[in-house]
Amino acid sequence: MWDYTDKVMDHFKNPRNVGAIENADGTGQVGSLICGDALRLTIKVNKETEIIEDAKFETFGCASAIASSSMLTEMVKGKTLEEASKITNQDIADALGSLPAEKMHCSVMGMEALDAAIRSYRQGGKPVEFEQQEEKIVCRCFNVSEEAIIKAVRLNHLKTVEDVTHFTKAGGACGRCKADIQKILDKVNGMVQAAAVQKSFNELTIVEKIKAVEKVLEEEIRPKLNMDGGSAELVDLSGNAVKIRLIGMCSGCINAQATLKNFIEKTLQEKLDKSITVEQA
Amino acid sequence: MKEVYLDNNATTRCYPQVVEAMLPYFSDKYGNASSMHTFGGQNRHAIEAARHQMAELINAAYDDEIIFTSCATESNDSVLFSAAEAFPDKKHIITSAVEHPAVLEPCRLLESRGWRVDFIRVDENGRFDLEELKSLIDDKTSLVSVMWANNETGTIFPVKEIAKIAHAHGALFHTDAVQAAGKIPIDVQEVCADFLSVSAHKFHGPKGIGALYVRRGARFVPYLVGGHQEKHRRAGTENVPYIVGIGKAAELAKKRLTDGSIQKMAALRDKLEKGIVAAIADVKINGDAQNRVPNTTNISFGYIEGESILMYLNDFHICASSGSACTSGSLEPSHVLRAMKVPFEFAHGSIRFSLSDENTEADIDLVLKELPPIVERLRAISPFYKQRSL
Repeated sequence: MWDYTDKVMDHFKNPRNVGAIENADGTGQVGSLICGDALRLTIKVNKETEIIEDAKFETFGCASAIASSSMLTEMVKGKTLEEASKITNQDIADALGSLPAEKMHCSVMGMEALDAAIRSYRQGGKPVEFEQQEEKIVCRCFNVSEEAIIKAVRLNHLKTVEDVTHFTKAGGACGRCKADIQKILDKVNGMVQAAAVQKSFNELTIVEKIKAVEKVLEEEIRPKLNMDGGSAELVDLSGNAVKIRLIGMCSGCINAQATLKNFIEKTLQEKLDKSITVEQA
Repeated sequence: MKEVYLDNNATTRCYPQVVEAMLPYFSDKYGNASSMHTFGGQNRHAIEAARHQMAELINAAYDDEIIFTSCATESNDSVLFSAAEAFPDKKHIITSAVEHPAVLEPCRLLESRGWRVDFIRVDENGRFDLEELKSLIDDKTSLVSVMWANNETGTIFPVKEIAKIAHAHGALFHTDAVQAAGKIPIDVQEVCADFLSVSAHKFHGPKGIGALYVRRGARFVPYLVGGHQEKHRRAGTENVPYIVGIGKAAELAKKRLTDGSIQKMAALRDKLEKGIVAAIADVKINGDAQNRVPNTTNISFGYIEGESILMYLNDFHICASSGSACTSGSLEPSHVLRAMKVPFEFAHGSIRFSLSDENTEADIDLVLKELPPIVERLRAISPFYKQRSL
């Protein structure tokens, strides 16, 4: 059983804007019978203001696919094309309260249909199928391109192959592309890290430094300390000298100094800058 | 509101008579059946009585051919890993493409460890391909493991013929009879099975107890070791209350096979199926309609998705299940429907109704009343339904 929010159930049971707009200004289609879900979105656009005046959908799929489609039509109505094009799958999921992780691809389908509908409008109204670039298809079972995976990884901060499957379906059938997905993840997440390091720690403003240290604490350090029932917080930062307070089981632990120096300081040095020093606050 | 429970292939209600039989063995007669004192030792009699009841249900020649396990998954794993252990020179196993994961996954594990495993195909009605079996079996085949009846479609496999082919090539034959037990007569002697797995909760017994039939003389290497129980074939302190439970459930199941319960259930299943086919267009029955267990119907509703149907049925407390991708959290429709090459526009919209002898005319009438508008409603949203004839 899925833990659907009341909002998901409401939009599933009472879907808004079902149907197809006659002589639509834009028609976006995504998915197929084979995939198990599909969405056809039609929009009516005011040519002067580029405001989406009406939107309707037809969906083949599960409760969350229907709810995501219904919510999407509600969200785009009244928005300009420019505003609507900024809607992400996370916005759709947030508007529904939340979606189970395994169902996030339903919200991605909404985002893709909208993208196709807007392109359709720009191209004179001829229906546009959301297409993956054929030469860069990673998952052949669900026809998912490298571009789509990169977009999902960036937008949703995906970390594992399983995450990518939940959001894009890629890798969810035969699984042969899982190694390729991992490579894309490594590339994208590696690039994200590289971008952050490009500007050296010394050049960052004090706020940027605090954020950078906090990020490493959250992602690399606290999860490990949490396993022993402890944690750590950033107290002060001056130049490259970081003051950390150990809390929980870590405070008063006889290994506190080793934790500070051998683990926290070393990790910060590896991730940010070799000259960082860590002292107990 | 009472549940209209039509998901008996998933699990069944543990009958009150079964619970009643089990209860004394929790807090009153809690002794260890292996103990020397009468208080514990007398529970041995309860276990042996249950073994006899279980042997009767499948017509085993000897009671000691029954080993109690924790579930049918354990029974299946035991047989497959036993074959791997007992026949190191015969690294070939044959099974079917539509087995339950409890057989498929251990087979794939053995495959990854170097065993050759063949998965026999089925046709579009889910029927087993005996010719393919004959073409693949050879003197390196140690075990053929094919289910008696399929859990999703109810299709019954020709286990007797399969056993004959296996034995002609010196292989042992195992059958996962989880979905057959209690629904159709099982006779291990007539079929010449070497191993057979069952699970109590599929025939109105408790969850957490299963049985494995091991024919006397069939080579078997224990899966669980660490005790003398079950004649050293399955170690671990006997789960007396649950063993009593599976015994009682087996006794009741045997009675139901001849007292008219099964015929009544089959009539209701047929009424449901015919009613749906008459009331709703673009539906497809999955499985071998001529050769099915009497409680199961698997119906596909074209151009809509199974989870959506189930969620609407749930509003009326109607419990069923689906082979659609979305219900399982996987992304593909069931491997059984894919093996049968059910077209995608139907595979995603499959619903399995599985009855028990407790279902009533009123249950079926409710489904026949509520289901057509649900299907109509979902098809009105579906972009494919209007285009279906284009």
